[in-house]
Amino acid sequence: MNLTRISEFFVQAVMFGVPLLYGAVGEILTEKVGHLNLGIPGIMYVGGISGIIGGYFWETYGNPNNTVMCILCSLLSALAGSALMAFVYAFLTITLRANQNVTGLVLTTFGLGLGSYLGSALAGLLGTDTTISLNATSAAYKKLFWVDIKLFGSVFVSFGFLTLLAIVIAITASFVLQKTRVGLNLRAVGESPATADAAGINVIRYKYAGTVIGGAIAGLGGLYYVMDFIGGSWSNGGFDDRGWLAVALVIFAIWRPKLAIPGSILFGGLYILYSFIPNLPRSSQEIFKVFPYLVTIIVLILTSVRKKKENLPPASLGLPYFREDR
Amino acid sequence: MSNNTKLHHNEPLIRLSKKTALPVWKAWAIRLGAFLFAVLFCAVIILILTGSNPIEVYRMMFSGSFGTSRKFWNMLQSLAMLLIVSVAVTPAFKMRFWNIGAEGQVLAGALGTAAVMIYCGGKLPAAVVYPLMVVTAVVCGMIWAVIPAIFKALYNTNETLFTLMMNYVATQLVAYLIVFWEKPKGSNVVGTINNPYGDGDWFPAVFGQKSFISIAVVLAITIAMFVYLKYSKHGYEISVVGESENTARYIGINVKKVILRTMLLSGAICGIAGLLLVAGTSSQTISTATAGGRGFTAIMVSWLAKFNPIEMILTSFILVFFERGAGEISSELSQSFASILTGIVLFCIIGSEFFINYKINFRKRHKEDKGGEAA
Repeated sequence: MNLTRISEFFVQAVMFGVPLLYGAVGEILTEKVGHLNLGIPGIMYVGGISGIIGGYFWETYGNPNNTVMCILCSLLSALAGSALMAFVYAFLTITLRANQNVTGLVLTTFGLGLGSYLGSALAGLLGTDTTISLNATSAAYKKLFWVDIKLFGSVFVSFGFLTLLAIVIAITASFVLQKTRVGLNLRAVGESPATADAAGINVIRYKYAGTVIGGAIAGLGGLYYVMDFIGGSWSNGGFDDRGWLAVALVIFAIWRPKLAIPGSILFGGLYILYSFIPNLPRSSQEIFKVFPYLVTIIVLILTSVRKKKENLPPASLGLPYFREDR
Repeated sequence: MSNNTKLHHNEPLIRLSKKTALPVWKAWAIRLGAFLFAVLFCAVIILILTGSNPIEVYRMMFSGSFGTSRKFWNMLQSLAMLLIVSVAVTPAFKMRFWNIGAEGQVLAGALGTAAVMIYCGGKLPAAVVYPLMVVTAVVCGMIWAVIPAIFKALYNTNETLFTLMMNYVATQLVAYLIVFWEKPKGSNVVGTINNPYGDGDWFPAVFGQKSFISIAVVLAITIAMFVYLKYSKHGYEISVVGESENTARYIGINVKKVILRTMLLSGAICGIAGLLLVAGTSSQTISTATAGGRGFTAIMVSWLAKFNPIEMILTSFILVFFERGAGEISSELSQSFASILTGIVLFCIIGSEFFINYKINFRKRHKEDKGGEAA
């Protein structure tokens, strides 16, 4: 493998990893307040289609040459769509104290259905069969803060604004969780809501904030996928498996947003490795695709065997909180 | 703390308290109410999104399950396949072991069955091959289920995430083997695995219905599971472990043993589900989509039925009804539309559990309350 090929591999690994990073950081925030949201695939999917819809309306009724508005419309629309999905989950599991696993899975079913439905409906509106393409919006994403990184002297590697944003969000989330009062309270809510409640922390408010903001961040993963990864188009069922990989990445990163950054690149690399190994038979390609999941299982086992407290999932993960339950 | 006046409110506007056990009929009345609300809500959604008459849509959906005797039997077949997976995950859920890996366990069973059908079919006598299929399917399902259970029992490894990952390992394993089993070469499809002993079908038709045997097997397993959970010592141990592991340990139940045994049972039934999906359906093939999301849907079915296998017949019917019914609404949107409607119905039923478990107490209006601080 020459240098060009290696940097190509790196770029693709990052590109594949960014949606996972968004999804994982969102899920980490959610899990830190004690909620296991298995609706992440659905939320990411809805985030993607919401971004497309927002971009479509600006391109059709606004001025497609206005880069900032192109981005703003699709970005806000993606955030709103995914936050709304996360809110449904939050309302059911926090206020109505429904079972988190079941609610999350229903949210995934619902989100995948909704996304595909809206995708088909929008395609019908456009008169195309199944695909929608938004060239102006996608180009806007690539223009803004596009950085070229020099690798190995001669090869340029380029990343767009959403890639940088993902890293910024991950580092910010790490900082907030580890170094601020808000983060401390947030973690307390996830570890032991009763103790947090007794200490005067508004448990319900923190739980809502964690799940809804987490969902909105995860939704950006969908937006990145549609705008940057495939260049502003939508086809149904495009990326539903990425959501589960994001959930896997949370474990790999042992609930630390900062660790999710190298983790996402590693996952992306493992996932695309098969296409970079020459003369790999088709059967072995399928075996290569299992690596991200195998690595996750190994991490899961190792952390539970070592039982280091800071590496374990939040203690109240998956349990509903009712103040009078004692 | 900053708002001192708040402390003067000695009662919040809404206060929740846990209900003591509600009569069964009341609980079901609440669920039925939620379901009716969901149906009405879906009608509004149908009206807004498609513009068609909701009653007409529901009528068409009804005919998707009951329209012709062929459709009815197809519906029963789908119902049975969902039901068996739901029954399989139930004992694990009852002891609060969140096995969301049924998808992988079913695929493992399907893989074992398909391997025996492909490698032994026609080479060994039928009397050997059929039992071998069952044994392989059961063992494969068990292996897939017991791996996370071992780690749960030994190190308390999070089973929800472990079983979830095992699904994808199984999927990739199937994708890997399809490369060797595909027919014709390069198609990436295994194609129908014909029965070398008869006219091509692995399960003979009974009363003219090919799916009869599958349905009967599922019904038998469902009833057996109901009896097992309700009347056997094992079933009792499962519910004690589910309520409180400490209590279980205190009264001398070996929790680790119960976890392993229950997951082996779960896996075995998932394996049989895999067998029925490969050998009992009309396509008689295996693909990465053989489990078809049933492993996940089964979780909802089982939970909605409060882990009661008999009630699962009803809850899986609701899901199958929407899935098949949406197929009748003739458009390419059908499948995604079914998911939306199913999602809404389930959200409503999940939400209604709150009203079964909790009581909402509103603050009683006192005269002095008006002043806010006066109280």
